Amino acid sequence: MEVLIFLLFILVLAIFLGFEVISKVPSLLHTPLMSGSNAISGVTIVGALIAAGLGEGEDTAALIGGVAVAFATINVVGGYLVTNRMLGMFKKKDK
Amino acid sequence: MEDVRTLLNLVYILSAVTFILGFKLMGRPTTARQGNLLSAVGMAAAVVATLMFPEVVRYTYIIAGLVIGAVIGALFAYRTPMTGMPQMVGLLNGFGGAASLLVAWAEFVARPSQPLYQGIIIWLTVLIGTVTLSGSLIAWAKLEERFIPTKPVLYPGQRIVSVLLLAAILGGGIWFAADTTAPTATQVLGAVTALAFVLGILLVIPIGGADMPVVISLLNSYSGMAACASGFIIQNNLLIVAGALVGASGIILTLIMCKAMNRSVANVVLGGFGADVPGKAQDVIGEIKPVKPDEAYLILEAASSVVIVPGYGLAVSQAQHAVRELMEAMEKNGTEVRFAIHPVAGRMPGHMNVLLAEANVPYDALVEMDAINPTMDTVDVCMIIGANDVVNPAALEDKSSPLWGMPIIEAHRARTVIVMKRSMGKGFAGVENPLFFRNNTRMLFGDAKASLQALINEFKGGN
Repeated sequence: MEVLIFLLFILVLAIFLGFEVISKVPSLLHTPLMSGSNAISGVTIVGALIAAGLGEGEDTAALIGGVAVAFATINVVGGYLVTNRMLGMFKKKDK
Repeated sequence: MEDVRTLLNLVYILSAVTFILGFKLMGRPTTARQGNLLSAVGMAAAVVATLMFPEVVRYTYIIAGLVIGAVIGALFAYRTPMTGMPQMVGLLNGFGGAASLLVAWAEFVARPSQPLYQGIIIWLTVLIGTVTLSGSLIAWAKLEERFIPTKPVLYPGQRIVSVLLLAAILGGGIWFAADTTAPTATQVLGAVTALAFVLGILLVIPIGGADMPVVISLLNSYSGMAACASGFIIQNNLLIVAGALVGASGIILTLIMCKAMNRSVANVVLGGFGADVPGKAQDVIGEIKPVKPDEAYLILEAASSVVIVPGYGLAVSQAQHAVRELMEAMEKNGTEVRFAIHPVAGRMPGHMNVLLAEANVPYDALVEMDAINPTMDTVDVCMIIGANDVVNPAALEDKSSPLWGMPIIEAHRARTVIVMKRSMGKGFAGVENPLFFRNNTRMLFGDAKASLQALINEFKGGN
């Protein structure tokens, strides 16, 4: 239970930080912000890897974890690459 | 052993720092790309660190998952056209939800005996993750305009069905969490998953295609919340911090979109907008003054400052490159050209900026609505291409209009307004636009791309 309170503490602070930082992103970049968020929501990959790496006797959980790894990896790889591709298109006037 | 754990947890802290700095660098177009790269490096570090935990002993599923996911992700990233970005983001929202719900399931299958609060968190993760998944699939299908109608699908007793579903899911949660080792626990969590899937569908299907920018922003937020919840399951701060950042980002974008559309979140989520009959607006006075491209050219040629207001109609007729060519022609003629971007100009937050950037329009020419409006009186010509509701002055002047109160680009304050439009059809909201009837407005009818090309030719011939 104590660890739960600790984790909640982190959560509350992170929410405030998130609103502070992200409200400064200009609307010009809101689409890459969203695809970048997709990549970061793929952070579940950490939990997925731990589950997929479970050993003998936990085959079902490991298999479910493996599928989760695939989904999370699509987000991480797809999200970062497409954001990079998009941001590469934003150019200043060359003068 | 404990030392290894401490070290790996320190890596997670560094990853969290890169995510936060990454978002911070996203605050300016000059640094955004670096920010994205930094964040990706942090993610890679987290993945490598996780693989080094001693309990990770089996690699077949991990390698298979990583390879399959990386190939599909890369294909998405390089194959999706910029017009398809809302669909891609929509789908990835769903996949994020799927990953979190599966992590919850894997934890339950691996360790069925869970304390009450962990049981509740597993249930909550499954609920948010599944609703995100099925809701996103529906949003994706609506944006793709495939499989299901983009119009709101309404049926009698809609809200009652949703409330009953939610009650059943809640009941299932109590049943499941009270004793996760009970023989029926797996079936109960399975039923909760199935019901949550149906709930996600029912929540999004009544929402019309025009409201999808709000919906995908909201689902973006949900995918972060799902990641956050799964962080509680495995008691990992990195997931909680990253999930909270994404959750906050999605909420901010949702609120911006709602404000720009003059609607409340509740109104979008519960409304079934687009099925409503709009209220009665004031009668429009004045007459339409159509012009030919050569007359429009003479107006533009004499202008020293031009503001272009693009709407999604511009992207539909694939005219982004033509508009950039016209911009260059006018700049060569000594005219200052800027674009005024309304927050809902595209099909997702910021979409129009990306579409124009892709066509090589420099980003310093893209100006936000709030920045352009105060300068509108000094603008010689405001050219509206494929936009309608976002320049409707009734939003400011006519209290009986359904658009009343919506923030608009105040195009009518420019000395001359040229509206490029296919026909006299109405906008999404089905409201007449008095701007088209004003004395200073000229209508250039026809396909946007063809009209732009005609103007470009006039400029080329003129020089």
